[in-house]
Amino acid sequence: MIGTISVRLQRFLRRSLTRPRIDLPLALGLFVLALIGLVTLYSASNASLGMVGGQAARFVLGGVLLLVVSRIPPAVLRGWTPWLYAGSTALLVVVAILGEGRGSVRWLDLGVMRFQPSELLKLTMPMMVAWYLHPRQLPPGWKDIVVVGALIAIPAGLIAEQPDLGTAVLVTAAGAFALFLSGMAWWRIGLLVGAVGGMIPVGWHFLHQYQRDRVLTLLNPESDPLGNGWHIIQSQIAVGSGGIFGKGWQHSTQSRLDFLPEHTTDFIFAVFSEEFGLVGVCVLVALYAFIIGRCLWIAMEARDTYSRLLAGAIGMSFFVYVFVNGGMVAGMLPVVGVPMPMISYGGTSAVSLLVGFGVLMSIHANRKAHL
Amino acid sequence: MKIRRSLKDPRGESLLFRRRALAGFVLILLGLCLLVTRFVFLQVTHHDEFVTRSTNNRVKPRAIPPARGLIYDRNGVLLADNVPAFRLEVVPEQITDMPALLEQLGKVVPLGQDDLDAFRKQLKQSRRFDSVPLKMHLTEDEIDRFAVNRWRFPGVDVVPYLTRRYPLAGLFAHVVGYVGRIDADDVERLDPKRYQGTSHVGRSGIERSYEDVLHGTPGYELLEVNADGRTQRVLETHAPIPGRNLYLSIDVRLQKAAEAAFAGRPGAAVAIDPRNGQVLAMVSVPTFDPNLFVNGINHADYSALTNDPDKPLVNRALKGVYPPGSTVKPFLALGGLEYGVRRPEDTVFSTGQFCLPGHGGSNSTGRGGCYRDDTRGGDGTVNMVRAIEKSTNTYFYKLALDMGIDRLSEWMSRFSFGGKTGIDLLGESEGILPSRQWKAAHSKFGWFPGETVIAGIGQGYWAVTPLQLGHAIATFAGHGVPYAPRLVMATTAVADTQQRPLPNPPSGPSLIRRPAEWDVINQGMRAVIVSGTGKLAKLNDGFPYLIAGKSGTAERFSRTSSAYDTNKNLAYLATRHRAWFMGYTPTDDPQIAAAVVLEAGAWGGTDAGPIMRKIFDAWVIAKGGPTPRDVPLPAPGSSSQESPDQGLPNQRDQRAPTESAPNDSTAPVEDVPVEDTPAQASSSDGATPP
Repeated sequence: MIGTISVRLQRFLRRSLTRPRIDLPLALGLFVLALIGLVTLYSASNASLGMVGGQAARFVLGGVLLLVVSRIPPAVLRGWTPWLYAGSTALLVVVAILGEGRGSVRWLDLGVMRFQPSELLKLTMPMMVAWYLHPRQLPPGWKDIVVVGALIAIPAGLIAEQPDLGTAVLVTAAGAFALFLSGMAWWRIGLLVGAVGGMIPVGWHFLHQYQRDRVLTLLNPESDPLGNGWHIIQSQIAVGSGGIFGKGWQHSTQSRLDFLPEHTTDFIFAVFSEEFGLVGVCVLVALYAFIIGRCLWIAMEARDTYSRLLAGAIGMSFFVYVFVNGGMVAGMLPVVGVPMPMISYGGTSAVSLLVGFGVLMSIHANRKAHL
Repeated sequence: MKIRRSLKDPRGESLLFRRRALAGFVLILLGLCLLVTRFVFLQVTHHDEFVTRSTNNRVKPRAIPPARGLIYDRNGVLLADNVPAFRLEVVPEQITDMPALLEQLGKVVPLGQDDLDAFRKQLKQSRRFDSVPLKMHLTEDEIDRFAVNRWRFPGVDVVPYLTRRYPLAGLFAHVVGYVGRIDADDVERLDPKRYQGTSHVGRSGIERSYEDVLHGTPGYELLEVNADGRTQRVLETHAPIPGRNLYLSIDVRLQKAAEAAFAGRPGAAVAIDPRNGQVLAMVSVPTFDPNLFVNGINHADYSALTNDPDKPLVNRALKGVYPPGSTVKPFLALGGLEYGVRRPEDTVFSTGQFCLPGHGGSNSTGRGGCYRDDTRGGDGTVNMVRAIEKSTNTYFYKLALDMGIDRLSEWMSRFSFGGKTGIDLLGESEGILPSRQWKAAHSKFGWFPGETVIAGIGQGYWAVTPLQLGHAIATFAGHGVPYAPRLVMATTAVADTQQRPLPNPPSGPSLIRRPAEWDVINQGMRAVIVSGTGKLAKLNDGFPYLIAGKSGTAERFSRTSSAYDTNKNLAYLATRHRAWFMGYTPTDDPQIAAAVVLEAGAWGGTDAGPIMRKIFDAWVIAKGGPTPRDVPLPAPGSSSQESPDQGLPNQRDQRAPTESAPNDSTAPVEDVPVEDTPAQASSSDGATPP
């Protein structure tokens, strides 16, 4: 019994590596993006080969996981979905209980590595919404919308409570996109957006003081020269001084002189903009647009509702990363901890993004044309 | 599911999705265009402006921590001061190889393991571009050595700061407390904005409870730096707002006198002004030097303090709980009047033994439901005043029984027994007020009538802190008007000398409804001084005002036999007793009330009483009144001292410890689950008589 399982597992793993089921354009796009990320990181980290090597190792790990996940058929994923969703939400509850009485706890210490359950939700959330909508009559009615709303709100609320507003926004967006793609009527979307807009003053009340401060300093960065206002001003100086063609690779002065904080993680896009200028920004944004477009293309080709919604939601939530991080770096949005996908230094987000793309590859491999 | 699925229209859904995906993609492109527009705005439209700012960008802000408020006594004697010192700071972002740096640096400036541990902790918590203190309080030699080698260590600098100093060392260690370096736990607790650049935070005492007032608001300066990040000049300074100075109501002279009076013997004393709740003295002996803690105490000193059997780190006045013994009797008598259970003239006949109704009543055995008086044969017929004076147990056994435990504990709780007094320090112990609720929560047995009886003489479950008793006697002395005890009287801003008093309104209406009742109890406590234990201790001799008070001698261990203890050796008794004295003066207009406990005192009157008198003497001198005549007091605690009066039956309180807890299953004193009792912990088996 155990023998057959391990034999089947070995065969499965061998196949995932030798006969990958990947979509070449998407894989190419990701590969170029990873290269740009490593090049930028080399400059932003002051030529630290240790950091670049570490990030490259994470890309390799993420790539292997991508290949493995791409062999799991969407139907199997669909079967696992409720359990994955329930499990990851339960882990959030564990974190909330462990974090009781301490300031901000997002991590679960597994001994060997620390692990952030909210990261899982970025994938399990759109899976769950797609799973729920899959057998229903589409476009969804109010009842289904309310259920999906609850499915989104529970984990998102737990994450926002940690407090990790950035991830909460990403998770909410991933679920909401699945709902959007399911064909929810425009007038219902309008009504819901209006209602959410009306709730903003109430939501403001529930924000932590430091989160409010971040929004307020966005409006007037000079009011907080020691904290986030400083980040915003320095980041804008870096971006603006880059000009159209940039200062050239490894010629960013802002991060070199330590004016730009977090210049390898959340603010790495500012270094990129300073060194490669508007041209670089446009190329990178175009690359992101291409990847998102390819994701939506794969989604349209998908065989069933579940795959369609999931692929589309993953692709569209990629946009949220780019928009929130880019907006923050350009002083357009408040400072929240959302990384620039594949460019920012840091392990979990790169790996979890690539796992998400593994799901897309699997959906692509099981597309309609295959039948 | 099957039915619903059949309702689905796959082709229609696919089409719907296609439309939605296209719409979504268009929206995303619009969003990305918006983003690019913003970059165009920054990188093209405002490019020149940002280039200028970028080339001029040699300005960095740095937080300036506020100076901590100073602490004075009521007359302006400095208790906590800020003195300039230098420390080593590291900016993590400028260091490429931290372990190598620390190793190299260690050769220039010796770094202890404690320094390194604290540094690593704080390093994890702080942002990479904030500088982290590595070693506090550099010596001049260390500063010189680093200055010579500074070029080798970019990102490391000597920074001046203000450190805390407590000029009076141990005298205010428990009241003022101390500050300590901010550690990892503090970082999570404190507002990072207010504590930027601050290295110390209040750890205990006033320093802790008034942290918000003392801390102040940080300012910042804009520094011009060179390419290495070294400061070239200061461009702009926004000064911090220093913390407010505090004025304690304590008078250093009273505090000194109180501490000296203990002569190193473990105990605690609290003196309170009954008219407003201001604490005039609060000592806990033994004490420690708070200066040791400011820049991180070393392991040797710390373990010496924590392993000391006398527990110098514990504030006994606030956290030490002891059985109150006879000191509860005046309060109980007042309750009897208040509830109409007793009139002052009601008498009780004391035979030397009191038995619960329905229990034998045979004089010879004295077992079962019977409780003894102090004096063989009893005090005869006593009324309320005389019962207080003689500390007649029988009177209070009966009174407690007549009031019942519910009324007794309700009344006593009004004096804050069994609860917090509300003093402006953190960590107050609540002690134990015997009640049905307390016992229900701590025992599987119900309430026994015998427990009511011994509760009437302050034995059994009873446990109080010196602060609680001081607060209770002050509340009584102030004619029943309760004030929460206050240590801080006023605050001042650094800029102006105008003191802003902290108001302390009474926490409730007077506990005493009829002034005549106060007079009766006052008369009783006055009699204690005149002809009771105070007479032996000559507590009022040579003192310009009339003193009233009450002694208490509580047993630390339950008795194993009902025999009268015939061992008169004071050293032996001191191992078995806790000596209490509480009192107030002047009786016609009380202005100071005090409670004193001596952990190893033989008798309340002769051992704890003189300590209270010395506090009162210091008060008179501080007031500018006539200097009290120095009367030869009985040498406290001397082992072989045998007072000529000793053994005479009229020396009531000499006998007080024979107020026995019933030697049965109910509640031996030592079984009381008392927390934070320093002596309890230190006297595990000290009962062996010599």
